[in-house]
Amino acid sequence: MKKTYKLEDLDCANCAAKMEAAINKLDGVKKATVSFMTQKLTLEAEDERFDEVLQAAVKCIAKVEPDCRVILK
Amino acid sequence: MTKKQKKTLLRILLAGLLLIGAALLPAEGVWKALAFAVPWLVVGWDVLWDALRNILHGQVFDEKFLMALATVGAFAVGEYPEAAAVMLFYQIGEWFQSVAVGRSRKSIAALMDIRPEYAVVLRDGQEQEVDPEEVAVGETILIRPGERVPLDGTVLEGAGSLNTAALTGESMPVDVAPGDRVVSGSINLTGVLQVRAESAYENSTVARILELVENSAEKKARVESFITRFARWYTPCVVLGAALLAFIPPLFVGGWADWIHRALIFLVVSCPCALVVSVPLSFFGGIGGASRAGILIKGANDLETLASVDAVAFDKTGTLTRGVFQVDAVHPRELDPNALLDIAAAAESRSRHPVAESIVAAHGKHIDPSRLGAVTELAGLGLEAVVDGETFSVGNGKLMDRVGADWHECHLPGTVVHIAKGAEYLGHIVINDQLKPDAASAIASLKRLGVKKAVLLTGDRKKVAEAVAEQLGVDEVRAELLPEQKVEEVERLLASGVKLAFVGDGINDAPVLARADLGIAMGAMGSDAAIESADVVLMDDKPSRLSLAVRIARKTMGIVRQNIVLALAVKFAILILGALGYADMWLAVFGDVGVLILAILNAMRCLLPVKETA
Repeated sequence: MKKTYKLEDLDCANCAAKMEAAINKLDGVKKATVSFMTQKLTLEAEDERFDEVLQAAVKCIAKVEPDCRVILK
Repeated sequence: MTKKQKKTLLRILLAGLLLIGAALLPAEGVWKALAFAVPWLVVGWDVLWDALRNILHGQVFDEKFLMALATVGAFAVGEYPEAAAVMLFYQIGEWFQSVAVGRSRKSIAALMDIRPEYAVVLRDGQEQEVDPEEVAVGETILIRPGERVPLDGTVLEGAGSLNTAALTGESMPVDVAPGDRVVSGSINLTGVLQVRAESAYENSTVARILELVENSAEKKARVESFITRFARWYTPCVVLGAALLAFIPPLFVGGWADWIHRALIFLVVSCPCALVVSVPLSFFGGIGGASRAGILIKGANDLETLASVDAVAFDKTGTLTRGVFQVDAVHPRELDPNALLDIAAAAESRSRHPVAESIVAAHGKHIDPSRLGAVTELAGLGLEAVVDGETFSVGNGKLMDRVGADWHECHLPGTVVHIAKGAEYLGHIVINDQLKPDAASAIASLKRLGVKKAVLLTGDRKKVAEAVAEQLGVDEVRAELLPEQKVEEVERLLASGVKLAFVGDGINDAPVLARADLGIAMGAMGSDAAIESADVVLMDDKPSRLSLAVRIARKTMGIVRQNIVLALAVKFAILILGALGYADMWLAVFGDVGVLILAILNAMRCLLPVKETA
């Protein structure tokens, strides 16, 4: 499953690169992109574990940039 | 500006004033330190707070932490104004980065302003304004002048002209009448149209284009991945350098404060931001700018390839030619040309074959259906028709042989239709697919851009292909190719070591589009197959857009390279000068924030339009 989420207050490109690297290392992630330009997270992960992986990805993002919020809808 | 950006700007301004105030105060010693600590804290408290938090999370090489360390260090060695200023400029840089990216995202969104806001749908005779996503396939939508076409469909009633500039970059309006297809995203200029919706919103041209441009950020260019990897190593290395510089030399030569000061300069330039921001920003701008010209580039990697293409293979029909047959010449033996054309047109008037249609179209006048009697279609030969009571044979050379007519080949290339009355040869009509008006100039301008080889790959007959090739100035022709042979030809070209782009119209050439280094589909407005299989999609069907696409790609790559060289050169120069003791904190701030701002401004040039012709 592949889903895209908006990111709010993602302020620096290097942070986006770090988030992307960290999320891609997570177990269960097939491919993740954090785009500073579009301020979006695209997450591709195994279907049955998607929610769990998403939560872990949100944690990764908060760790790199505490102000940045993932809009989960 | 977002709320957060506004708040940061206020803090920057306030801290700036406080910094000037502190510089004017005649305070000394501890008081001076305190005076500069105020602006430092005003502008940088969040940086310090995040730095602390990140350390607890185990993120040591975070630039916030490094900034905190650099400024605390500067206070420690007594460089109070520098400490406050470094923090101030760091925040200015971050603020600028955030605003600039927000701006360019907005302007790209504006360039791509093709998203329909609403659709007026006719339900039970009532007009209802709904979200385009709520319209079902088969419903009738109403489009008034000035409104955007919300969904792809076919005109049922009404006529008007459409502005497709936002989709194709072509400013000439397109006239539509009942039966014509309209493409979502174009704007109705005149007349009220009733259109039958033929796609759900998520499958419509406009939704696909938007998705494509938005997802282009996912496909990273090689240079972008390189920079990300570089950034991951750069910061730790510079920090290690700073640590070594602070502690090793003073063991031998002493002067701790001086060496620590030099190490702090390292920390200030340790952020790779200028590189990390400007590269994707340039690509984003280049892709956005290209989409305004009706050139959709699917990813930064494709833009990178496009810039370095040095051979182009073209499909013929529909790409360089219109794919529409037209009568080129009428060669009667004795009759008046119009009389010959009249016989042929009457004989062919019931046929739906493209060749027949082109003859009827060339005739142009009304053909009384009562003139035409019995018609016998002869597969692979042509037809026999009774016109005005007499039997004519209209078809190829084999048919002429069969009726025993004394026919001859034409010296012109193309499809030749011979006409005989009984066994008496009357003459022939030459029909050709017409070259697009800008096909030759498109190839010439690609050559001017340094493309070494232009190749024509076609399923058409050799004579026709060679004639077209000569008119266009291509270097190589491969004719009479079956689709799989086109793939073989492309593979042969690839094996010769060129960066090959294949340009096709997206019909029947998906495997070739996929096999080439870069697949370019042309005239893709409304063609799903082309949008799917190509790397670059020209919405228009003009070959001249190709050289524009190459120039946009090259300009973008040029800017990317400039930024990389600028950032690396300045940073390394400052590192060396700093290590040797020739750089001060102010220069380091320039090396960090100044380069960042310059690189962003330069990257934003990618958004500027590129001239249509070289």
